[in-house]
Amino acid sequence: MAATKEEIVTGLAEIVNEIAGIPVEDVQLDKSFTDDLDVDSLSMVEVVVAAEERFDVKIPDDDVKNLKTVGDAAEYILKNQG
Amino acid sequence: MSPTNRTVVVTGIGATTPLGGDSASTWEGLMAGRSGVKPLDGERFADLPVRIAAVAAVDPGDVLPRPLARKLDRSAQFALIAAREAWADAGYTGKAGEAGTVRPERLGSVIASGIGGVTTLLDQYDVLKEKGVRRVSPHTVPMLMPNGPAANVGLEVNAQAGVHTPVSACASGAEAIGYAVEMIRTGRADVVVAGGTEAAIHPLPIAAFANMMAMSKSNDEPEKASRPYDTGRDGFVLGEGAGVVVLESAEHAAARGARVYCEVVGQGLSADSHHIAQPEPTGRGIAAAMQNLLDSTDLKPAEIVHLNAHATSTPQGDIAEIKALRKVLGDDLDHVAISATKSMTGHLLGGAGGIETVATVLALHHRTAPPTINVENLDEAVEADVVRDKPRPLPEGPIAAINNSFGFGGHNVVLAFRTV
Repeated sequence: MAATKEEIVTGLAEIVNEIAGIPVEDVQLDKSFTDDLDVDSLSMVEVVVAAEERFDVKIPDDDVKNLKTVGDAAEYILKNQG
Repeated sequence: MSPTNRTVVVTGIGATTPLGGDSASTWEGLMAGRSGVKPLDGERFADLPVRIAAVAAVDPGDVLPRPLARKLDRSAQFALIAAREAWADAGYTGKAGEAGTVRPERLGSVIASGIGGVTTLLDQYDVLKEKGVRRVSPHTVPMLMPNGPAANVGLEVNAQAGVHTPVSACASGAEAIGYAVEMIRTGRADVVVAGGTEAAIHPLPIAAFANMMAMSKSNDEPEKASRPYDTGRDGFVLGEGAGVVVLESAEHAAARGARVYCEVVGQGLSADSHHIAQPEPTGRGIAAAMQNLLDSTDLKPAEIVHLNAHATSTPQGDIAEIKALRKVLGDDLDHVAISATKSMTGHLLGGAGGIETVATVLALHHRTAPPTINVENLDEAVEADVVRDKPRPLPEGPIAAINNSFGFGGHNVVLAFRTV
């Protein structure tokens, strides 16, 4: 069963917390992974791989560069999840 | 004074070792004559001929925040912990460039290891085989590269004069400190964070070293396995951890009113060119390194009262070192109190030169030579004054001490320190 947007944001918050140590409550839709959440380009790959597994979605490398904010990622996963 | 002969001093020390999570607890362990060697539990070690090691007393994962630790190889974790301690111990707060500290372009980082991020490499190969390409960590390369610890320490303190990683197997840590001394002497830097680190307690390195017949197989008595100079010695015990010092030009240290532990008199280097892994049995290369030290500095054999020996507890190597010392120092070897601290810490490979420099600096500072434990029957070929079982006071007045480190490949590094 597909995840709701809320569930996706919650899941992303847990992933970012695990990888970057940012409190889950600080992982909001408008936050930039790079500028606000201490997720550099290498750690972003980890976030993407963890999200792929959790939400049964494929996020090609070419699309990752468009995922600037948590909201971008949540929308992408919502549209493309299996 | 020209930039090529500036005096270099030690202003900070840090360590995380099998005896303790910092330099103070490590020194306490050395003074108490405590062995850091333990049985290796767990299924993955069960089939190995060697099932003992000197595991770090404090796990770095319990010290560093998890988001940071997961991006660092264990060797870089040790290095960062030891470097932070040394940096603070030297009286620095914050990164270079902040108020009251050294300028970034005058600060270096030189941290070495013998075999780099070997556990990261092996663990990620397991991930590749078991979970597939996509799951291989994007941090793998920065974690496994041998310069990772130096680079991460450099980032921590904002070192911009240069970040370097000399690699010479078990002499790497000492070579790093020697390289750092030259950076300051030649005017490239005013302050350098330098040392050695190693984290190789994994079935593959253990199997490989064991198959070289280099390791002790005294699995039943772990705390007695590392026994340099004893007739029953049967190889080294692998250890892990890091030792780091802050080196500084004497002028820079004086200008900021820093506490100075001792002077770094200099170093002597040579290569055996004998065999890729066997020590040269007469100690020819070691003697050459010692002689180079005496020829290139104002150090006098009469000043030398303490030696932290390389002495890994191998049958040949321990004796070759003693022969070399006698050849170069002659009767002056008789007033040198020799300590083989690997009897307690195990052999940290590239980390050895780091933690043994810390031990040597503290021996001068406290005027006390650490003991060598487990010498039940002294090998008669060891015609020298080994400090056994209990610490020994060192003389008053100006004194000097030496730290020896040798590595597979025939690398010989001799570092000398003197009270100020």
